[in-house]
Amino acid sequence: MAIIINETTKILVQGITGKQGQFHTSQMLASGSKVIGGISPGKGGQLVHGVPIYDTVEEAMLAEKAEASVIFVPAKQVKDCAFEAMDGGIKTLVIITEHVPLHDAMEIMAFAESKQVQIVGPNTFGLISPSKSKIGIMPNSIFIPGSVGVVARSGTLSYEIVSQLTNAGIGQSTVVGLGGDRVVGLSFIDVLAQFEADPETKAVVLVGEIGGNAEEEASVFIKTMSKPVIAFLAGKSAPPGKRMGHAGAIIERGKGTYDSKVVALKAAGAYVAALPWEVSDLVKQALTEETIPSQSI
Amino acid sequence: MKLYEYMAKEIFRNNGIPVPKGRVFTSSDEVAEFVAQIGPVAIKSQVLSGGRGKAGGIKFASDPQEAREKARELLATDIKGLKVDIILVEQKLSIEKELYLAITYDGARRKPLLIASAAGGVEIEQVAEELMIKRLIDINIGLQPYAAREITRQLGLKGQIAKEVADIMLKLYQTFRKYDAELIEINPLVVADSQALAADGKMTVDDDAAFRFGKDVPLVEEKTAVEKRAAELGISYVELDGEIGVMANGAGITMATLDLINEFGSSPRNFMDAGGGSSKEATASALEILLSTQPKALLINIFGGITRCDVVAKAIIQVKETMDIQVPLVIRLVGTNEEAGIALLREHGIETYRKIDEAVAKVVAFVKAKGA
Repeated sequence: MAIIINETTKILVQGITGKQGQFHTSQMLASGSKVIGGISPGKGGQLVHGVPIYDTVEEAMLAEKAEASVIFVPAKQVKDCAFEAMDGGIKTLVIITEHVPLHDAMEIMAFAESKQVQIVGPNTFGLISPSKSKIGIMPNSIFIPGSVGVVARSGTLSYEIVSQLTNAGIGQSTVVGLGGDRVVGLSFIDVLAQFEADPETKAVVLVGEIGGNAEEEASVFIKTMSKPVIAFLAGKSAPPGKRMGHAGAIIERGKGTYDSKVVALKAAGAYVAALPWEVSDLVKQALTEETIPSQSI
Repeated sequence: MKLYEYMAKEIFRNNGIPVPKGRVFTSSDEVAEFVAQIGPVAIKSQVLSGGRGKAGGIKFASDPQEAREKARELLATDIKGLKVDIILVEQKLSIEKELYLAITYDGARRKPLLIASAAGGVEIEQVAEELMIKRLIDINIGLQPYAAREITRQLGLKGQIAKEVADIMLKLYQTFRKYDAELIEINPLVVADSQALAADGKMTVDDDAAFRFGKDVPLVEEKTAVEKRAAELGISYVELDGEIGVMANGAGITMATLDLINEFGSSPRNFMDAGGGSSKEATASALEILLSTQPKALLINIFGGITRCDVVAKAIIQVKETMDIQVPLVIRLVGTNEEAGIALLREHGIETYRKIDEAVAKVVAFVKAKGA
């Protein structure tokens, strides 16, 4: 088991003929993903890495029904493509593109809610269930299958932490990038709930950062979880009012600070790593403690 | 992008939201003439900073002579370190009531959010939570008149004023949508001479939607010269005031790198997320920007995922050979082909580490040694 995607998930790539679309299609195929079609208006009938191209999502879905789609088109076209995918019956939509306008993101999320579509991103590296399926842009080599779920707001920081887990022999069930934007689809809680329900996942690593209150909201849910959560947060030293790369990574009006998040997570019983390299040890510690019955009368 | 008050009010006026009579000036010369026409005025410095009133950025004058003098004073001052280049001279209002009204977004709920309060005129951060009315808006139907009526009821408004405020709410929401705003705020929304109008205006529009801005959205430069150059190169950059110039790939890892520099007892000169670019040109431009801020040392932290470390190493070597880098350069390089990358850099005398803690310790040690 894994969450959201597995070895049977059939995937479309929207924007497959672009440079990014082509390259990452080849990488997804190499990681075992079932990419069954690509969309590129006007280029229907061609092939990219052996994957058939269609002009529209509807045409692709007539040929073979896909459950998931990944969007690689420029920011101004994302809204149209996202609507197309959801209207066409896609149930898991991954939006890699960065700089999607805020209002477009809100419209996309409203439509997703009405269509009961899970959206990952925008501005995400995607998600991977190692050795089963990948929908995204992360390097294949750093992941190994296992029982730790990872959910993160940031890409390269997740790579850093996942590599550390992998080097320590700790495999991952699924790794999900929520996206660095202000308005994104899946939240920490959505993903934590799925990890909690996934029999294969034994512990969850949460990689957060300053800005917004996603980590604080997640803490409320973490309190109710039976599985241990190990958190690492970036942005301890960030000055207020400055957007640290991600649109959502900003301390505004005293909200979204590092301290507020750490306090909330610790109060919820999460392990919080002060330094990035402490994560794998904390995971090991958490897994050992979990196997010892914590209550005895 | 934050707009100045006078720009926000111009947009309000064009979209049917009443604002006080006023005019913008860049010198005090013609202020007296204008005041002679409209009577007592408020003279408001146009700076992009909150708490302007408290910082002395708003003055009142009752006659043309006084107005000219106060305008001259304001144009010669700094408000919270920002030079005042523009003033807005507006008719003084006899205020009966001050409300707060804003439309922004709730990131967690993924929806537009309307905030209103009967306790306007003070900084909203100081208004107690129970005095604020918050209402999420379904973007599919927008703000409908019934919702505006309900909010005015909760605000305790009645009669003609309730109608006017509801109308302003609807127009404010339309403006929020039309201009891709992140925040649009009227504080205070006043009742003066039995009429509701926007006595102040704040608007932040979404830079990512700039491609569809019409000519009626002005451009405001908030970035420093260096930040502007970085933006042109597609590099995410924030100037800070510390010692060590930092370049990394990815926002999260860059933030974590800055945190570590602080943890080890130094401070970062900047935030730079150079993205996945590994080309010689991109690396050179990024390094040029870093060096232009005169840091005491440089730290490059690259996690080569899709990007190959040997390619990154070659780019850095080429750049180092063509540019005169006077400060210590420490590189942390890990990922695909890291052995080849590290070997290449070592051959060229560049300190390279696999572990981030070792790299940060080294670069901080360089800075400390220089300071001693």
